[in-house]
Amino acid sequence: MSERILIARESRPSLRRGVRLQFDSARQRWLLQAPERIVLLDEIAHAILTRCDGNVSVAAISEDLARQYAAPKEEIERDVSELLQELADKGYVSA
Amino acid sequence: MTHPAPPLAALFELTHRCPLQCAYCSNPLALTPPAQELTTAQWQDAIRQLQALGVLQVHFSGGEPAARNDLETLVETAHRSDLYTNLITSGVTLKEARIDRLAGAGLDHIQLSIQDTDEAQADAMAGVKGALARKAAAARAIRAAGLPLTVNCVIQRRNVARVAAMIDWALEAGARRIEIAHVQYYGWAIPNRAALLPPREAVDRALAVIEDARERLKGIIAIDHVIPDYYAARPKACMGGWGRQFLVIDPAGDVLPCHAAKTIPDLRFDNVRQRDLASIWNEGEAFQRFRGTAWMPQPCRSCERKEVDWGGCRCQALKIAGNAAATDPACALSPAHARLQALAGVTDLAPSPLLYRRYI
Ligand code: SF4
Ligand code: SF4
Repeated sequence: MSERILIARESRPSLRRGVRLQFDSARQRWLLQAPERIVLLDEIAHAILTRCDGNVSVAAISEDLARQYAAPKEEIERDVSELLQELADKGYVSA
Repeated sequence: MTHPAPPLAALFELTHRCPLQCAYCSNPLALTPPAQELTTAQWQDAIRQLQALGVLQVHFSGGEPAARNDLETLVETAHRSDLYTNLITSGVTLKEARIDRLAGAGLDHIQLSIQDTDEAQADAMAGVKGALARKAAAARAIRAAGLPLTVNCVIQRRNVARVAAMIDWALEAGARRIEIAHVQYYGWAIPNRAALLPPREAVDRALAVIEDARERLKGIIAIDHVIPDYYAARPKACMGGWGRQFLVIDPAGDVLPCHAAKTIPDLRFDNVRQRDLASIWNEGEAFQRFRGTAWMPQPCRSCERKEVDWGGCRCQALKIAGNAAATDPACALSPAHARLQALAGVTDLAPSPLLYRRYI
């Protein structure tokens, strides 16, 4: 039996097999295709997930986004971790 | 005229052939004979039309979709069209080499169903011997191919006490998700209803087991569970609302708003052999009939939930309230709710014989 994936600052998240980011041209928006589910993504969620390639840490992703959106780093890091933990618990993200 | 929003997903009932004979099968009593099934080219054409229409996911189902030897070809066509591909299978005929070919064709995910974790009971429900061991072997091959797996268990009175064992089975099989679904009373489940409906207390006990497992196994396996209609106070939005997100194509090419829609006798269905899918979705009579809220009677018409559950299931309204355009009797506000509850009280305490699904 596997264990729960816990997202930490140094985790390097990636999308698991069977989960992919896709631009939906009919509806002109980004979404996550997952087993028997479609998750609509807002701009921030999309910005986070495009950076989840298994090479970049949560801390680095957050720093990058904080710079891009000129927002406080701690706040961004909290949002990033929360989203990724939620997606990890659904089985969509590994780290 | 403005078009409705495009569908998100399509379910392909590729065939009604199946090695199993589940007494709860939601396929119609009049199964489509193999000679009337759509050809490979016709399914491929449907895939391309749906992609152009805006569909994102295709579920290959049946019957047993693996009974079609062009399954790999269809998966590949859908994959090349950028569609998310899901296989809904009983797994009993899926050997390693076939699973590898399907993975190679671009299959994204497999949903494998089990009847029970008790072998004798599983055999009794499916009407064949030794299916469970073959399903376990299929699960191993699916995981070895790296494909994500969901285990689906259909709950009825003979297995409702084994929900914990089913969750364990799914964990053992390496599933990321388990779907615990109560029998839906369509097709073959209707003549078997008294033998299949679990007593209320058993449903409540299963619910407690599921709640506990959800907490304990958070992040290890996702547990999806749907409360059976017969014990609910508000209906589910059937298929996310009639003609809103979802369509079904049956083996012969008829296009349905939900897999049980053919139980509504005066509804006329278009066929992919005669009409293109965009105009079937946008203007077809079967889709227009119960789309939106204009068709709704009271109490739905003035209810604040009318765009939440869209009045529930039309087929159940027909079956229980005698009118497909009535409020779903699963809703406590429906005048026919008491009738549904009374039916839920009629569970058969002596084990009654099951009517097995087969070509008749
Ligand atoms: S419910 Fe059973 S009989 Fe019906 S299609 Fe599925 S496996 Fe076959
Ligand atoms: S009255 Fe109709 S809309 Fe309101 S909850 Fe019941 S089924 Fe849904």
